Amino acid sequence: MTAVDLPAPRRSSLDVVLRARELGIVLALVLLVAVTTISNPRFVSGQSIRDILLGTAILAVLAVGQAVVVITRNIDLSVGSVLGLSAFTVGTLLQNNNLPVLPVLLAGAGVGVVCGAVNGVLVRYGNVPALVVTLGTLYVFRGITYFWAGGSQINADELPAAFLDFGTATLVGVPYLVLLAVLVLVVTGVVLRNYRMGRELYAMGSSPQAARLAGIAVGRRTVGAFVVSGALAGLAGVLFAARFGTIDAAAGTGYELNVVAAVVVGGVAVFGGSGTVWGAALGALLLTTIGSALAVLEINQFWQQAIVGGLILLAIGADRLVAVRVAAGLKKRGSHVS
Amino acid sequence: MSAELTVTRTARLANWNVAIIAITVLVLIVAAATVDSFGTSRNFGFLVLDLLPIALVALPMTLVIVTGEIDLSVASSLGLSSAVMGYLWNANQPIETIIPLCLLLGAVLGAVNGFFVTFLGLPSLAVTIGTLALYRGLAFVVLGDSAVADFPALYTDWVTGTIGGTPIPNVLIVIVVLAVVFGVVLHATPVGRAVFAVGASEQAARFAGLRPGRLKFWLYVASGLVAGLAGVLWTLRYSSARADNGAGLELAVVAAVLLGGVSIFGGRGALPGVIAGVVLLGALQNALRLSDVSNEALNVVTGVLLIVSVLAPNLARSVLQRRRT
Repeated sequence: MTAVDLPAPRRSSLDVVLRARELGIVLALVLLVAVTTISNPRFVSGQSIRDILLGTAILAVLAVGQAVVVITRNIDLSVGSVLGLSAFTVGTLLQNNNLPVLPVLLAGAGVGVVCGAVNGVLVRYGNVPALVVTLGTLYVFRGITYFWAGGSQINADELPAAFLDFGTATLVGVPYLVLLAVLVLVVTGVVLRNYRMGRELYAMGSSPQAARLAGIAVGRRTVGAFVVSGALAGLAGVLFAARFGTIDAAAGTGYELNVVAAVVVGGVAVFGGSGTVWGAALGALLLTTIGSALAVLEINQFWQQAIVGGLILLAIGADRLVAVRVAAGLKKRGSHVS
Repeated sequence: MSAELTVTRTARLANWNVAIIAITVLVLIVAAATVDSFGTSRNFGFLVLDLLPIALVALPMTLVIVTGEIDLSVASSLGLSSAVMGYLWNANQPIETIIPLCLLLGAVLGAVNGFFVTFLGLPSLAVTIGTLALYRGLAFVVLGDSAVADFPALYTDWVTGTIGGTPIPNVLIVIVVLAVVFGVVLHATPVGRAVFAVGASEQAARFAGLRPGRLKFWLYVASGLVAGLAGVLWTLRYSSARADNGAGLELAVVAAVLLGGVSIFGGRGALPGVIAGVVLLGALQNALRLSDVSNEALNVVTGVLLIVSVLAPNLARSVLQRRRT
């Protein structure tokens, strides 16, 4: 499933498969929107679409960071806690304190960079598996936020108007938060696809040993992937604060599950080396849309989580099927060549 | 890895097992000496009841992780078992049929995980994150956000009660019996040897005539069954069946197992260490809670312990290696 420097003919056939993988999500999305709209036309109204896009923006930023880590055959379970810590930091900075938006964004991302660096260094230099490290820091970062916040809560009326405007304002009808998410997506997507740095991440995920033999600085890239994931989780914390205005120590609790779900549904294999951030973002869009569609269709909200679970199983099952087919196809082609 | 490492690896494992048990005993002594009412028999009862779900679920989880897999769906299986228990009790079913049904349900949920992991060959991390959401979602579908109470006093009293005039809680029997069963299976039977063999190298195990798929499937069934039992006991303890019972427990269970010296890569681990890990986690949380440290802040302790439990042996090894060369 990996398209790292394969000969041209193979790449084209693999590309078709990969594109089909993302096509599947798009189809599911179109179907979902069509069915929901038929039963209730208000579903495609401006307000409803805006809500979906805003919800997707936060999840997609997290999912892009997670995809970068998962592609290297690691995982970052701490993103929800990093989001919470960043949101509370930003809230505290802004509490009755008028700061421009840009330094606030940088501060949030900065908190994330520190958290991500802690994860990365423990994985790389401590030789501790990413699952263990980020499970641990999931607790630690959340605990720090609780220590700091206690039971206190930051309310929208304590935040400067300029910051809250940033959460609601639009540019030609598109909310700033969504534009920011698209920017993150495009930059990460291009770097992963076209730059050496990005291709090295795929190589590491396909085979860490081979990557090391090929001269890739696996350790540095691993730390880098975690720093990116942390920074984006921190950025998502700022988006969270801007969108909701109310921040307590529990902000973003349990998000890690949704993020991993979005990434897996988006076709990023948990064993690394394949998938794109586009897919991850589409996964985030699909999950968010399902949530809104259930409300519009007046289906019991309680089904949402069960559906997400079913989707994850469906997605990894489909990926498995595709992988088996591709492997069989390559084998057949290989026998022709030799 | 190479054979020459085996000796030091065993030694290191033994060391960690001794270390974690020593740390646990130390924490218990310090807590009893410094925290008021930690050492009372009343608090002992609460401590055991708090430990109960983690201790039970950690037993099969140990075997699953030793084979190199993971089961993150356990807390959701627990919740679904609890929700179904409440639903059936609401439907006026006798408790004597409900409890076996909930255990069976747990086994089926585990079998579903086992099917995806072994028959379809999907990565267990992704599968059980999927079923984590699926089972919890189904629990909410079954019971919504309502709670069912009024379970028969005979059963709830037994779960919260103690053995005849002694301060020993009844549920400790359940923990001890299951711990002995899983301990014997893992450390003294061919099945246990197969668990370690599969975890060390699945391919080698297959060449040696073992059936890794079948073994893993039954371990998932066991994991689901025990989670179902934990759901029943959880419901009876609080006399409250809720869909969100046990939410997030999977992280504490995995933390306790890894704290107990089990390698997340499989092939290494021992049950006494895991039990010490569970007790350490529970005792620390209990002692800190008695000292008025907030519940959420305790998470820092859990997280740091988890990372240190894997980091410390790694650092110790690299220091030793450096000295040797």
